Amino acid sequence: MSAFRNFWFTVALFAIATGAAAQTSAVPPAPGLEPGAMQPVMDQGIYAHAIFNQLEGRWNGSNTEFRWDGQGWVGTDYDKLWIKSEDTVSQGAVDDGQQQFLYSRAITTYFDLQGGLRSDIDSRPTRNWAAFGIQGLAPYFFDLEVTGFVSDEGRLAAKLEASYDVLLTQRLILQPQIELNLYSKADPARLVGAGFSDIDTGLRLRYEIDRKFAPYIGAVYQGKFGQTANFARQAGESTGDFRFVFGIRAWF
Amino acid sequence: MKAFLPSLTRRRFMQGAAAIGALSLAPRPMRRALAAPLRTPVLSGTEFQLEIGPVPMKVTGRHITATGINGQIPAPILRWREGDTVTLAVTNRLSEPSSIHWHGVRTPAPMDGVPGLSFRGIPPGETFVYRFPVHQSGTYWYHSNSGFQEQTGVYGPIVIEPKIGYAQRFDRDYVVMLSDWTDESPDAIVSNLKFQSDYYNYGQRTLGTFIEDAQRKGLSQTVADRLEWGKMRMSPTDILDVSGSTYTYLINGQPPGANWTALFRPGERVRLRFINGSSMSIFDVRIEGLPMTVIQADGNDVMPVTADEFRISVAETYDVIVQPTADRAYTIFAQAEDRTGYARGTLAPRAGMAAAIPPMDPRPMRTMTDMGMGGMEHGEMPGMELSPEGKRLEGKVGVDNVAMMPTERLQRAGEGFPSGRCVLTYADLRAKRPGQDPRPPSREITLHLTGNMERFLWGFDGKKFSEAEPIVLQRDERVRFVLINDSMMEHPIHLHGLWSELENGHGEYRPYKHTINVKPGERLSYLVTADEPGRWAYHCHLLYHMETGMFREVRVV
Repeated sequence: MSAFRNFWFTVALFAIATGAAAQTSAVPPAPGLEPGAMQPVMDQGIYAHAIFNQLEGRWNGSNTEFRWDGQGWVGTDYDKLWIKSEDTVSQGAVDDGQQQFLYSRAITTYFDLQGGLRSDIDSRPTRNWAAFGIQGLAPYFFDLEVTGFVSDEGRLAAKLEASYDVLLTQRLILQPQIELNLYSKADPARLVGAGFSDIDTGLRLRYEIDRKFAPYIGAVYQGKFGQTANFARQAGESTGDFRFVFGIRAWF
Repeated sequence: MKAFLPSLTRRRFMQGAAAIGALSLAPRPMRRALAAPLRTPVLSGTEFQLEIGPVPMKVTGRHITATGINGQIPAPILRWREGDTVTLAVTNRLSEPSSIHWHGVRTPAPMDGVPGLSFRGIPPGETFVYRFPVHQSGTYWYHSNSGFQEQTGVYGPIVIEPKIGYAQRFDRDYVVMLSDWTDESPDAIVSNLKFQSDYYNYGQRTLGTFIEDAQRKGLSQTVADRLEWGKMRMSPTDILDVSGSTYTYLINGQPPGANWTALFRPGERVRLRFINGSSMSIFDVRIEGLPMTVIQADGNDVMPVTADEFRISVAETYDVIVQPTADRAYTIFAQAEDRTGYARGTLAPRAGMAAAIPPMDPRPMRTMTDMGMGGMEHGEMPGMELSPEGKRLEGKVGVDNVAMMPTERLQRAGEGFPSGRCVLTYADLRAKRPGQDPRPPSREITLHLTGNMERFLWGFDGKKFSEAEPIVLQRDERVRFVLINDSMMEHPIHLHGLWSELENGHGEYRPYKHTINVKPGERLSYLVTADEPGRWAYHCHLLYHMETGMFREVRVV
């Protein structure tokens, strides 16, 4: 059921990307121009893009999980609306589903301030959070997202995502990537313990057939820590899983 | 009115007439590849009818509906005479508003053709009649100032004959209009750049260049260099934002394979009027084995200066005279500054000839000088501090760098030229006549050329057009514009309606220009006499820089 919901969420991501791609905004007149006059330049245009950083199968020798991690935005240079979506589908169940709806405002040269909602929607009980974070390009070209969350039940959480592109050639690109999650309180129903809960880190080698379409192969490690690892053990799940991945990085 | 120009008394004014002969000898696939008609028509006189409309183009092999004038890309050459009053009825046959701006031509403000400043534009199906006296001579061009129509083909040459006759002797006269063609829609290009600003850069640093550099300079220095650029989140390989990965570079509408050809008889003096009508491409132009004598820049005569090569920024013009004496073909070679492609034509005594096409030069790299570090490495800058203005700009969304030590480099042509080649510089340009306004400037206007490469937005002083107030000049005021390029890209800055007199060390003999290319990390100045009232556009002529904010209104009241 929730897999179905998430499917529609993904469709929405696509729709935003393709539908609004070349729209321009109705711009208020710039200083000094009479109302109704044309603008000499359209520097307040609205753009829209979406990217699947991960759209992949994860194989550990016996079974394959399917995972996506994508985000899309629509907006101007300063103000954007975002959708971020990630999900893992394994053996019919949806795990680690997170969807975020955010508004972002450009605040410095390289960073946007973001705020909005996060919904954990998957096969386990749904949780809703308020989200607040930053996203941008850190020195030395690290793509960085740091987000803090407050749930409707008063829980706190934090999430850090970072990646880096190593150009082996102009088109062959190696990308180390890491995602870390932190929770203030345990949530046994979602198998989440307090403290550092889990890591998802990978190394992907992609070939950019063109900028927007790049098949890749790689390897990922999903690890669970502390109380989260205990919950996993009790549920008969693994606490550390090394998998080969194959997938497509694509943007629109 | 419409005529293919017959030979003039001693000189012939031609536009690749020879190429028709060349075509018949070309192999069949090349003939098919030819997109535009080979001969750009010349319109001369005082009354002109121009129609902006859709034009089918096939440059790379794909059929594309472009935009042109009278069915042509480039548009017909307009040939005027100094002292005439010209009337141009421009009809818009597109489904969107359009406009024509007469680039470098000093017209009354309502005739300047900038929608939103000089007039309301030309709605679909309507005609706007431009009428103005021509008080100047030289090589100029005209183009749409609406949306991205300039990229899709609405551009053409203007040649204005001097009333008193030419100062230079020449036997033949050709326009060489350079441009960049893409099958992609300009909206897609700007959208791609907004998402990934290095989308078109396939000349980036890689593991391979790291190993090469480490072998050449040593590992520690190579690592230190990578870290220094990485810390700034800048890439020294950013040369042109849109590259040959999407562009095909054209001479008079012809791709390199079509080999646009101009004829000469050995010993003749041939005038070539180079116009850079590109949207985003700066070219380095040379004719292998043939030195060029530069006689005019931006339509104004300069003291003749001989060079092997010149860099022509977007919207600039240079007129040169060459005198080929051998009975052989010469390649006109215009390589894009980032070396991702070239435009190519031929000077030949007979149709159908071709000379060797030289290899492209190595791709240039940005340096710390281009970052406004004055050629010093970071570590060597004890106690350097930003100016208060610089501090105010630093860290703003629209500003990714502030030049700490901008340098004037008019005596340098820029990066990317092999040693031993004589390359024209701005310092070489000395006007033939002293300036018309001997008054010193009464004030200075300092503007920073700023941008955020990562977000792909550009502006003056960290502000896009939509965020800024007009720059107000008093009628007949004499002012000095000081430009500081904080960004790491060149910006050809074009002031409409008024001349920009570049202060390049020649005293009263400052060259009059309409477009001044400011190198990365450079500081330069020019004088302006505000002798024409009205609302004038002032902008970077790189189309996607202009459309993403690098534009101001200059209002003369």
